[in-house]
Amino acid sequence: MLVLTRKTKESIIIEDDIEITVLSIEGDQVKLGINAPKNFDIYRKEIYLSIQQENNSALNIETNILQNLGTFLQKKNK
Amino acid sequence: MNIQTKFHGEKEINTDEIIKFSSGIPGFLDAKEFIVLPIEGTDLYVLQSIRSQQVAFIITDPFLIFPQYEFDLTQEAIEALEIQSENEVATFVILTVKEPFQETTANLQAPVIINLNGKLGKQIILTNTSYTIRHRIVTLEKEVAK
Repeated sequence: MLVLTRKTKESIIIEDDIEITVLSIEGDQVKLGINAPKNFDIYRKEIYLSIQQENNSALNIETNILQNLGTFLQKKNK
Repeated sequence: MNIQTKFHGEKEINTDEIIKFSSGIPGFLDAKEFIVLPIEGTDLYVLQSIRSQQVAFIITDPFLIFPQYEFDLTQEAIEALEIQSENEVATFVILTVKEPFQETTANLQAPVIINLNGKLGKQIILTNTSYTIRHRIVTLEKEVAK
């Protein structure tokens, strides 16, 4: 891992078009500002990991229980 | 073309119906092409990867199980999906199906947005939202109403 030391208001540049700036530091919290092209999705890591994990869980389905679920939901909606 | 599906066996599909997920789906970034297949007699659909048979999510219209569900699409998402009008947008949520079904949950924090005209899709991750990745579909309305 590359380790860089930065002060408040200082930045790092990744490639030509991603800029990450340290906006403020309070105690153990650092506020970062990120400028990146719109096609880059930027997330808090723990949130992204939880979505990844839930997507993995969502794939664990037995074929035979699907039809039952459909019937179950339709009854509920009526 | 013919594809191998997880729940519908081998299926002939029209290539016009393929939806491109250019940034993949978190956890499955290589799966960039999907098709939406209805599960007959239900309000459920399968979001089936074209190339990976086992990558198939059960999705549904969130407004059927939770009429008050709402969120704002970010400008970035609107541009990424090339959305011109809201009439061409379809919203789905991924279900994590459990048995018994009362345990089944819907991921309201990361809905799947599809531009029906442009055939572009993306699972967007909502920030600053009270929705989570696991809302029980049975008690959903009560839980969120609190």
